[in-house]
Amino acid sequence: MRQKAMFAMLALAMVLLVRNLYTISMLPDEVNQGQIFRIIFFHLPAAIAAMLGSAVALVASVLFLVKKNFQYDALAVAVTEVGLAFLAVNLVTGSIWARVIWGVWWAWDPRLTSALICWILYAGYLILRQALEEPTQRATFAAVYSIFAFTDVPIVYFSIRWWRTIHPQPVFFSKGGSFPPDWSRALLVNLVAIFLLYTVLTMIRLRQEQTQREIDYLRRTVHAT
Amino acid sequence: MRFIRQVMVITAKDLRAEMRTKEAINASFAFALVVLLILSFAFEPTEDTTREISGGLLWIVFLFAGTLILNRSFARELPNDCLDALIAAPVPGAALFLGKGLANFVLILAVEIVALPVFGIFYNVRWARQFWALMLVLVLGTWGLTAIGTVFGALTVNIRLREVMLPLLVYPVLIPILLGAMKLSTELVAGQPISGDLLVWLKLLVGFDIIFTALSLVLMDTVLLG
Repeated sequence: MRQKAMFAMLALAMVLLVRNLYTISMLPDEVNQGQIFRIIFFHLPAAIAAMLGSAVALVASVLFLVKKNFQYDALAVAVTEVGLAFLAVNLVTGSIWARVIWGVWWAWDPRLTSALICWILYAGYLILRQALEEPTQRATFAAVYSIFAFTDVPIVYFSIRWWRTIHPQPVFFSKGGSFPPDWSRALLVNLVAIFLLYTVLTMIRLRQEQTQREIDYLRRTVHAT
Repeated sequence: MRFIRQVMVITAKDLRAEMRTKEAINASFAFALVVLLILSFAFEPTEDTTREISGGLLWIVFLFAGTLILNRSFARELPNDCLDALIAAPVPGAALFLGKGLANFVLILAVEIVALPVFGIFYNVRWARQFWALMLVLVLGTWGLTAIGTVFGALTVNIRLREVMLPLLVYPVLIPILLGAMKLSTELVAGQPISGDLLVWLKLLVGFDIIFTALSLVLMDTVLLG
């Protein structure tokens, strides 16, 4: 049942993404940016997905510390790992856009810097997990670290408003946005598709974690007898 | 009252142990000197260049030197199972955190205050023009480093690659604090008072100090017993 739902979601995500690729390619070029503006249809959903992922990771980490249920630990790893991939998509697409519009691959702007910090923070989470062998200790310490790491996420979100930045101001979900309705629709479809993809990948990763725990358990039982 | 006494006992114990061996503080200060020396090769230390990057330069030195002290803080408790005794003692995790944190704070601050004039001499900078404001930034920045460093020191004490893992985890989490401390220090060393735009950085520094301290106080028990 769960597997079927997973495949259905994956298929839906793929159909939406492919169909939307056509819609996006048919949109007229943006006046100032030309072709390259289309990257926002992937850049923004990836960022939102990664940010929601970090929030889920925080909740899962806190729940693990409170309830000591390893399901939450598995969810925290799964969501963090997939989120890291999506944040990488966000950074890479942003970098490509910057090369065309700004003429440089990277600028040390608050928004860019704080996104990179987040990436490094959550990479640190995975490295910490790798260094710890005892499962309970690994889950507990990783959860504590995840809570500390999350304190940087609001900075990423607000940096664009707090500090003077060269990153474009938000065009979506904010007043004064200049996005025409059919562009917003295309963006929304992509957002849904990427969320679905995120969920499917997290579910796959979650199953791997559960299988891993089962294998560990069986191995310990064999050694005990 | 009882809580404060517990904190003071742990702080005094750590400081006494350090004063008798001087292992961490000597190494830390020597390391600060070496880093100051190496950094002088990185650029031509003329007055203008130094003024532009003095904050960053100072905090890199403080960060590296501080890490040595933080690494020793919990590692010192490993021989003879002292750490287990500390955890078993009828002292809450928060008191242990504050006690160890205060001791680390005093030691790191001491290294920083000795390193500052050395920096002034080597790089030919009159750094003390905004002395008290600079001390305030030093205290706030160092407390942030100490709070995160103490919790993560407890977190990494049993890991194989402890000496590498601590900075790897501490530095990225500490970035908001470092950013504020570096910006403020650069301006203060150049003789500018804290006003206008700089106040935002001071608020950031205070804000993150409060967040990190609160989180540490709550989570220390979990780290020690987990």
